[in-house]
Amino acid sequence: MERRTIFPGKLLPMLLIAPQLALTFVFFLWPAARAVGEAVTATNAFGTSTIFVGIDNFTALFADSQYWSSVWRTLVFCASVSLIAMVLGMLFANFTDRNLRGKNWYRTFLIWPYAVAPALSAVVWVFMADPQIGVIGRYLGPNWNYGLNGAQAMGLVIAACAWKQVSYNFIFYLAALQAIPRSLVEAATLDGARGLTRFRTIVWPLLWPTTMFLLVVNLVYAAFDTFGAIYALTGGGPAGATETLVVKVYEDGYIGNDIGGSAAQSVALMVLVVALVSLQFRFLNRRVQS
Amino acid sequence: MNHHNNYLAHTVLIFGVLLFLLPIWVMVAGATQDAAAIARGDISLIPNIHGLGIFWHALFFKGVASAGYPVWHMLLVSFTMALGIAVGKIAISLTSAFAVVFFRFPFRRVMFWTIFLTLMLPVEVRIIPSFAVLSSLHLVNTYGGLTLPLIASATATLLFRQVFTAIPDELVEAARLDGAGPLTFLRDMVLPVSRANIAALFVILFVYGWNQYLWPLLVASTPAYSTIVLGIVQMISPDEMTPWNMIMATTTLALMPPIVVVILLQRAFVRGLTDVDK
Repeated sequence: MERRTIFPGKLLPMLLIAPQLALTFVFFLWPAARAVGEAVTATNAFGTSTIFVGIDNFTALFADSQYWSSVWRTLVFCASVSLIAMVLGMLFANFTDRNLRGKNWYRTFLIWPYAVAPALSAVVWVFMADPQIGVIGRYLGPNWNYGLNGAQAMGLVIAACAWKQVSYNFIFYLAALQAIPRSLVEAATLDGARGLTRFRTIVWPLLWPTTMFLLVVNLVYAAFDTFGAIYALTGGGPAGATETLVVKVYEDGYIGNDIGGSAAQSVALMVLVVALVSLQFRFLNRRVQS
Repeated sequence: MNHHNNYLAHTVLIFGVLLFLLPIWVMVAGATQDAAAIARGDISLIPNIHGLGIFWHALFFKGVASAGYPVWHMLLVSFTMALGIAVGKIAISLTSAFAVVFFRFPFRRVMFWTIFLTLMLPVEVRIIPSFAVLSSLHLVNTYGGLTLPLIASATATLLFRQVFTAIPDELVEAARLDGAGPLTFLRDMVLPVSRANIAALFVILFVYGWNQYLWPLLVASTPAYSTIVLGIVQMISPDEMTPWNMIMATTTLALMPPIVVVILLQRAFVRGLTDVDK
């Protein structure tokens, strides 16, 4: 939508947009260009000479079986976190969206975990699940030790990350449910549709766009925002069992100092985010076009 | 029928409330207990009233790795960082959306799309090259380094652009006839109209800033700039023997500010979140 009435002047608007643009260039475009540059070059061990290596870093990356197991691990992790957080969020939203005594209290008590940092969620879960001291962990038997068992570590990381994310989905599902016209649900009730049938035939199809949107948001959250939780809980271990792609970029680039390989991973991740965000705008477009 | 349904609803919702509250309860109860008892695996779920002083002591607690910077200092760093990100991002998004909507100037579209592009590049993705850029600008271990890279973002600009586009042309016309310049119009008209959106964004961005982990981990390499989230994760690392009651008390203190902000501004926040992220 174009505005008909505007203010005259060219210098003022450019000054107004300048700070945002400057930050975008310095902290987004420059690093992104650098990542691409580093991904296609190699520097010798002394940092004295740099040569162009083309797609070598990428071929090496895609030939690396460890990278693919990290991809697979990230997929399992993201899918589990998203599924658990979305199902619980939808469940709670469905039961809150009705005439229920104390429903505002329920709402407040289901919203606050939005404010919890993923890393701190992990700290609290460590405290509960620790095999020696945890209020839950110490009753889980002698085979419970997420410090040694990769599958248990993965399960715990998923729980801590999903726990924190339920509120977000709850808020969106509740908003979507409240937008459904009462008359529609009442008509269905008069036709004899109750409980699960009513949900399946009336509510679920209307929640579909919200579900698609939330799926992308949850996948992005699980892929990128959970670094702190994973790092605090397991450090990516045991033996790499919880090393997702972002953890790997950090480990290889910052700890391992493999700049070219880490840059190639960054570029691969950027492509992934672009794909996910484009998908999101396919579902919820309308806004970007001016 | 209806009654039966309500019982089910209450049961499910109470389950939900407990699912979130129990870990917090365990955390608070753990904080008030004797460190030695916890280490023996002897945690009681009933908070010890005599241990409540720990929350005060925790403010002055120094982890082994914190080189003399106590918890209150870390809270202060987190607060400064979160506030800086929230205020900074709102300010630059507001002005750039204002420029894009109410003016015509060369390369306007190109500039808008350049800003929009940043949606595609979360900081986690370009972490190593961003850090390299930051060190060449000498911003490592500064508040600028902690906040500036997280301030630039398209979401807030998109939101304000949408709000401003909905302001009727007639209002702009009237303001111009009254002889109001663009900056007067911004102050007297645009800001009041977007107050609710600003409040909502503030909550979202404050929480976002407070909860950062990966970025401070890189940028704050000296304890003087350690945030509280960073400090706590460091306390539970295997090479540091910190008493668990102290860790839980510190975690409680770290969780409070963003939770209080969310609960106090709940109404604006919920409406704003569903607007912003769509």
